[in-house]
Amino acid sequence: MSELPQYPPIDPTTFDLIVIGTGLPESVIAAAASTSGKTVLHLDPHPFYGSHFASLSIPEFNSFLNSNSAPPASQSCPETACPSDDPNLSIINLNCRSLYSDLEISSFSPTLLEECSRKFLLDLAGPRVLFCADKAIDLMLKSEASQYVEFKSIDASFIGDGDGALLAVPDSRAAIFKDKSLSLIQKNQLMRFLKLVEGHLRATAASVGTDVNQSEKGEERETASRISVEDLESPFVDFLTKMKLPAKIKSIVLYAIAMADRDQENKEISKQVLKTKDGVDRLALYQSSIGRFANASGPFIYPIYGQGELPQAFCRRAAVKGCIYVSSVEINPNLEFQSSGNYKGVKLASGQELFSNKLLLDPAFTKSSPTSSPDDSLCARFDFLTAQNVKSKVVKGICITKSSLKPDVPNLLVLYPPQSLYPEQSTTVRVLQIGGNSAICPMGMFVIYLSASCEDVAEGKKLLNRAMSALLSFPDCSESSSIASEENVSHPVGAEEGKPTLLWSALYAQELQTTGQSDCITSSPTPDGDLDYNSVFHATLELFQTMYPDTDLFPATNPSDEHSGENAES
Amino acid sequence: MHGRPRKPLKPVDEAAVAAKAEKLRALQSEFLSNHQNKIYSKEAVELSAKLLEINPELYTAWNYRKLAVQQNLAQCESDPESVNSILNEELKVVENALRQNFKSYGAWHHRKWVLEKGHSSMDKELGLLDKFQAMDARNFHAWNYRRFVAALMKRSDEDELEHTQNMIDKNLSNYSAWHNRSVLLSNLMKKAAPGFTSKDEVLTREYELVREALFTDEDDQSGWFYHLWLLDQTVRSEFPLLVSSWPVEGSDISLPAADYLDGCASMNVFHYSSRNFPLVLYFNQSVRGVNSSTVSVSCGFNLNADLIWKPLSSNDSQSAKVWATHLAIPDAELHSSEAYQVEVKVGFSQGIVSTTGVAYGHPSQISFQLHLQKAPVESGQDSRFGRIQWKDDCFAVYEPGSAEPDLVNLLDNLTIKNEVESTASTWQARIIDDETNIFRDLLDCKIGKLTVARLLTAYNSLRPLDKPVHCKEVLELYSELMKLDPSHYQYYKDNHSLVLLQQVTSSKESLLSRCFHYRDSTLSTNGSPLCLRLNNLGISQLGSFEKLLWVQMLDLSNNELQSIEGLEALQLLSQLCLSNNKFRSFTALESLRYLKSLKVLDISQNEIGSHSIDTTRYLFRSPLSHSVGSCDWNINYLSSKTYWEAFFVLKDMGLTQLDVAGNAITSKSFNVFLEKLLPTLKWLDGVEVN
Repeated sequence: MSELPQYPPIDPTTFDLIVIGTGLPESVIAAAASTSGKTVLHLDPHPFYGSHFASLSIPEFNSFLNSNSAPPASQSCPETACPSDDPNLSIINLNCRSLYSDLEISSFSPTLLEECSRKFLLDLAGPRVLFCADKAIDLMLKSEASQYVEFKSIDASFIGDGDGALLAVPDSRAAIFKDKSLSLIQKNQLMRFLKLVEGHLRATAASVGTDVNQSEKGEERETASRISVEDLESPFVDFLTKMKLPAKIKSIVLYAIAMADRDQENKEISKQVLKTKDGVDRLALYQSSIGRFANASGPFIYPIYGQGELPQAFCRRAAVKGCIYVSSVEINPNLEFQSSGNYKGVKLASGQELFSNKLLLDPAFTKSSPTSSPDDSLCARFDFLTAQNVKSKVVKGICITKSSLKPDVPNLLVLYPPQSLYPEQSTTVRVLQIGGNSAICPMGMFVIYLSASCEDVAEGKKLLNRAMSALLSFPDCSESSSIASEENVSHPVGAEEGKPTLLWSALYAQELQTTGQSDCITSSPTPDGDLDYNSVFHATLELFQTMYPDTDLFPATNPSDEHSGENAES
Repeated sequence: MHGRPRKPLKPVDEAAVAAKAEKLRALQSEFLSNHQNKIYSKEAVELSAKLLEINPELYTAWNYRKLAVQQNLAQCESDPESVNSILNEELKVVENALRQNFKSYGAWHHRKWVLEKGHSSMDKELGLLDKFQAMDARNFHAWNYRRFVAALMKRSDEDELEHTQNMIDKNLSNYSAWHNRSVLLSNLMKKAAPGFTSKDEVLTREYELVREALFTDEDDQSGWFYHLWLLDQTVRSEFPLLVSSWPVEGSDISLPAADYLDGCASMNVFHYSSRNFPLVLYFNQSVRGVNSSTVSVSCGFNLNADLIWKPLSSNDSQSAKVWATHLAIPDAELHSSEAYQVEVKVGFSQGIVSTTGVAYGHPSQISFQLHLQKAPVESGQDSRFGRIQWKDDCFAVYEPGSAEPDLVNLLDNLTIKNEVESTASTWQARIIDDETNIFRDLLDCKIGKLTVARLLTAYNSLRPLDKPVHCKEVLELYSELMKLDPSHYQYYKDNHSLVLLQQVTSSKESLLSRCFHYRDSTLSTNGSPLCLRLNNLGISQLGSFEKLLWVQMLDLSNNELQSIEGLEALQLLSQLCLSNNKFRSFTALESLRYLKSLKVLDISQNEIGSHSIDTTRYLFRSPLSHSVGSCDWNINYLSSKTYWEAFFVLKDMGLTQLDVAGNAITSKSFNVFLEKLLPTLKWLDGVEVN
């Protein structure tokens, strides 16, 4: 490690807030803090924006995951912390822990990809989309970060089965009408249920929006269409059963519209049972997303140039508001503390000391082993920074193909509800295909993201492999049809049964961790296992509120919402 | 725009509005002076464009532009380029005007006018329409214009059908798209275009499509209208057919001999007091061309002249479902002991055509016998003027088996068997059967109940000869609907009534159970008239007339009738009780004008005259106001202006007994008026008229 600073020293050296890592939560908070007039220094050890939310070319992706993958050990600083220049300050070393493990990369067509490996922008935190009516969109509009991003509509969403068949999700009246797989009575049941939910939401909104005295008459009528309180508190799956919805419809509602992650029927196994009120909220989000932007065909949109655009947009917003950015900075930060135990600042690998009132850290940073710290009591206060024994993981997969899962539908979503791939499947597998028209890969190629939550990585990988083999054909996996597979290698497009042929794939596991906080130091959350950004944004906003309880988040300056919808390009 | 709440007008400051109005006024007056002085200079034309962009509703300005275009075109006829530029300018002005008001008739019309000059690429027009329809998919101006453009560019109906499909796929609540679909399909089936030759297949496909829409959203009405149209297409018989007649095939009619004709004394099952013996033909749909050449009548006696067939329809058109004529029975020649065979041959020669232009193709023949009979002379002359009393104790029910053979024979043969129809209706029956089974799944909602009721009713209408099935179920469905959806109570009630009447008239047994002898102290049993009593049924509409052509005495009291439309088919009717119903005016009784045999009428206890404005005239197909012109106002009755409706309906009737008490209209002066109007009247409200 060089003692010489690679960068000119950062000046000034004292800030209201230092943020390390440019993941989405960090970037949003940096932007929010700068907007509210705080002085912010935003550092990132990587040469790109986005940290765990970044979109990377294939080589960048390989090197990022390889260097950040378990087994951990590599990144800890062997040498003891260099003492602070100020003898009054004590130091705690931080390690850069790996969030990722079990990385498997296979390339079936190296030559083909070699030529254009840099033309890919692979999302680390995929598959992920935005609901048009998402809080994230509102926040982007409010913060004006939206002006830096353009979106593409996800053309369709499907429910998959183990045989590779894809059935369009009947998520709107028009979709239900056109659906070919539902029986007449199922269409009726599903639509009635959606209307019931709609009625409930309308009634709720009306009672919130109107004066009590004024609406006494209307109230009685409205309560009739409301879902009862007991039902709202009951598991959503029970409510669906109570509404006499058949299994097929229940599965569509739970996993393809309400986007439930875990098997809802098996309540003993599943820890995350969706309550009716949450289910109804998710349905509301879905429904209000359809048609919010005229040029978005469905409820989902995806940022052109990849997910990494989102944190970057907030960073640009922050920069406009005066936030200072330094990237590729070798950090190995050592926290500095006053003897009182209060956080004081950060010491970079360069040796420069930077001071701030508050610190926000990338979730990868952990406190190094307690023994290395000079002050045990001090360490104890920052236990939250210790790598928790994280049980929950999400297994992710990225596949590259030269043909689409569905002809003429470049951007699509596929959901494999629990038990749809095999009986023991307990979590939903989500698959997102993004095509070249979103500028994340060469035209004519497609990137397919997969994810599934799991306790055990092997189990998660099994799930993803099952989904992949339902959707894709593997060029060299089957010994029995060696001739065919050779042909496939040479002509990767003409795949077996019309399935796209896999050119490249990566499988990896990511830990799920929520935020941690103590006084002035906050650790931001890792990307979650969700399909959307709702929880990420929710957690971020909460973080900001706890960090700055008295500060408004992106106070409205001049409302210029309306033009923003046009950013969604069709 | 549809389904979008109107935004409240933005508050604008009055000065700006006034300034705008002032500007508009100035423009307008300048424009009008140009128009009057026939100035078609570039500036003047531009001024009109400016005006139209602000106010597209200014018809005068559109017409002015048409004149200007004509003039300018005349000047540059040889130069296609300048013709183009003139017309392009018009299209541009229209487009701008439409942006201002999408629903401006004047603007759309002007565009049509320009296009008719053979200008503009049609693809551009369709593109423009797509743009407008994206804003408001149902706008009927756009759809009208689309039909116009499609016809002009000879776009195939198949392509247009595809377009409606796309529009429906996007949003199934599109009345206009569904409507256009029905128009296109009718065309395609008429032309027998490839893929549209078999009506049965086309309809089956359409049922499948609309079913998806109805099950997806049962609350959306556009699909239900389409379903109703399909059902009508399925059930409606293309071919005109004779459904029933009076007299019925094979009947034996006894007529009192000439000596007694005026006496009205003969009281057999059927008795006629007139020398004019009515013949009635009842078709399954409105037809025209019924006359002495298309219907031949032969009988044992000589007919003095060609029979004149009259359509029984209250509008003046020459088509009707029911046609009637009267055989004049000559005094001489006939011998009382003889039976005369009468044969009526319908449609053996061409000429009877349905309103849609389909010729009557199934000639049928009705033969019956006429007997002249000497009846025993009644004891007293009182019976002649005896007042009919519609009291329950005046009616005696037929004991089972006691009915006269001619009555039984009659009731067995009420409808004419058309074999053609029963074989052709198999696919219709299959479709309706399938639909019924499918819609039974929707019985838990209002529209599901209604559709099942409609389907079952339609099923019965396909098989007029068979006993109707599911009547009980249909009646229950309508009863439920009346409770469930009170705002459409009357509609359900009317349909309920029709089915109830269908049920009542469906069999000999059920009709017999409603047949009564009328007798009171003044009449002996053997001469008692036969009365069909359809009282106390709660019916609000009349129907099944084809089964009632034989009825002479009819009791419809204590129902909820508001109109007697259709009753004119009952040409034999001589005694009619309509008391305790819901008639609001004489207009509602217009059918009475066609009942020339009617002698006794009871319209007491109704609401006649209680509504100062007679709204019913707008509800019926033949508002009285239409026929007023032909009314003979020369008779200058004292109160005919006050009671003009009563005058119009009752004049020329040979009523001997009339009950009008219990109506708002009744008063001393009304009674005076009636006595003058009806010189034959013997009894008015139970009081003997001097």
